[in-house]
Amino acid sequence: VTPPAALYSDVIRERWRRPRFRGELPDATGVAEDVNPLCGDRVRVSVRMDDGTVAEARFVGDACAICLASADVTVELARGRSTAEAAAVDAADVLAVLQADIRPARMRCVTLPVSVLGMALGSAR
Amino acid sequence: MRLDQLTRPDFPILDRVVNGCSLVYLDSAASSQKPRQVIDAMVRYYERSHANVHRSIHTLGEEATELYELARDRVQTFIGARHREEIVFTRGTTDGLSLVADALAHRLRPGDEIVIAEMEHHSNIIPWQLAARDSGAVIKAVPITGEGHLDMDAFRRVLGTRTRVVAMTHVSNVLGTINPVSEIADLARSAGAISVIDGAQAIPHLSLDMSVLNCDFYAVSAHKMLGPTGLGVLYGRHEVLEGLEPTRGGSEMIKEVWIDRARWNDLPWRFEPGTPPIAEAVGLTAAIEYLEKLGMDRVAEHERALTHQALQALGGIDRVRVFGPPPTHERGAVVAFKVEGLHPHDVAALLDTEGIAVRAGHHCAQPLMRALGVVGTSRASFSVYNSPAEVDLLAAALERVQSAL
Repeated sequence: VTPPAALYSDVIRERWRRPRFRGELPDATGVAEDVNPLCGDRVRVSVRMDDGTVAEARFVGDACAICLASADVTVELARGRSTAEAAAVDAADVLAVLQADIRPARMRCVTLPVSVLGMALGSAR
Repeated sequence: MRLDQLTRPDFPILDRVVNGCSLVYLDSAASSQKPRQVIDAMVRYYERSHANVHRSIHTLGEEATELYELARDRVQTFIGARHREEIVFTRGTTDGLSLVADALAHRLRPGDEIVIAEMEHHSNIIPWQLAARDSGAVIKAVPITGEGHLDMDAFRRVLGTRTRVVAMTHVSNVLGTINPVSEIADLARSAGAISVIDGAQAIPHLSLDMSVLNCDFYAVSAHKMLGPTGLGVLYGRHEVLEGLEPTRGGSEMIKEVWIDRARWNDLPWRFEPGTPPIAEAVGLTAAIEYLEKLGMDRVAEHERALTHQALQALGGIDRVRVFGPPPTHERGAVVAFKVEGLHPHDVAALLDTEGIAVRAGHHCAQPLMRALGVVGTSRASFSVYNSPAEVDLLAAALERVQSAL
């Protein structure tokens, strides 16, 4: 089995194998979790806000490689940004980093972490 | 000649090339492929006989009605029902189970109990949750044993004076477990409860006889048994079906209508409002004739052999976990598995690169997934057209898949 580069890009494989921002955030000020009803994938995003800025962000998840890679990138894109900037991160931003040809059936794997980030920001103190 | 050698030429889709490889279709439990005989029958119907059924006083209308009602007779014989009035056409298993749940909800009182199994498909959980919500009834679930069987001791314990409905699957779509339906139906009846069986995964593979199974309701889908989508069958024991009020109204299901009231039609049309899926019924007739020609005993034997082969092959692969009863037990034609360290969806996507189609995810059985302690599984399932070589291809691909990501 040779994974098609188009679906599982090098970035996806690298981020899935060695995520940079996976983990819990004990001093989080905002946390959200959601599932993908299609496959049961679950992702939780934690953020620590400091003076209107995403000082730190982490994710944990029980999900496929595409979803976990997306979560890692999503969280990275949010870090150091203002609430408004972080909330504006969308699937296109994540796809640009992943450099993968995601089929429609798997697009929810990419968008789940993005929407969970939005929920976490919304819940943040 | 092996069954797949006999049948494969009848299934045009098996000539498909997927990602540069010959299609290996191992997802028949989700939906089976269709033989030429079924496709042709539906095309012939649309090209020669289509009209609306039951009230058309012209030649085509009469032909369409005859074909539609012939399908009912074929189903009656195929599942061993005593009366043709016991055969209600629905949109599928989900629709059939919902029909029963909606109709029974009116009879349920607060504190009444609905007994289901932990291994149920969502289609046999959610309709009962809705019925419970509307009536104040309570749902109780019977767990699985360590081997993946229905815990019959727990089932006996949960049955009581408040049990009104027992709704269970015949064959688990994940574990492949075959539940003792006639024993379940007998125990339910002894407790004064109505038994409702989800037969979606049983009818494509087992020889069914309602007079032996002895349950009150049995719901199936045509598309899992080589027939078309959009059509299902709800078997209802005459005495019980007769007592049910319809919950969905429209044409066909009435005898007389006034502005403020109506008189219901006879069984089974009472439960078939609106124009039915006529072409699909014609397709189902062809599917049943196809299966009967093969012989359901031979079908069962073929799929049993493939399932056994898959359980042995996959069970022998390092870091692959296989779910459900061991190969020594009678099982349905599904094998759910998990590759350690890989998500089921990634496994399915990697297999797809070799043209191998398997299901992945929670298989619409989230409570069962929780009981098994997994988010989801991958699942291979078999039908009359699958070959031992295809099982070998799956096993060989799974050997390689672990190092592919």
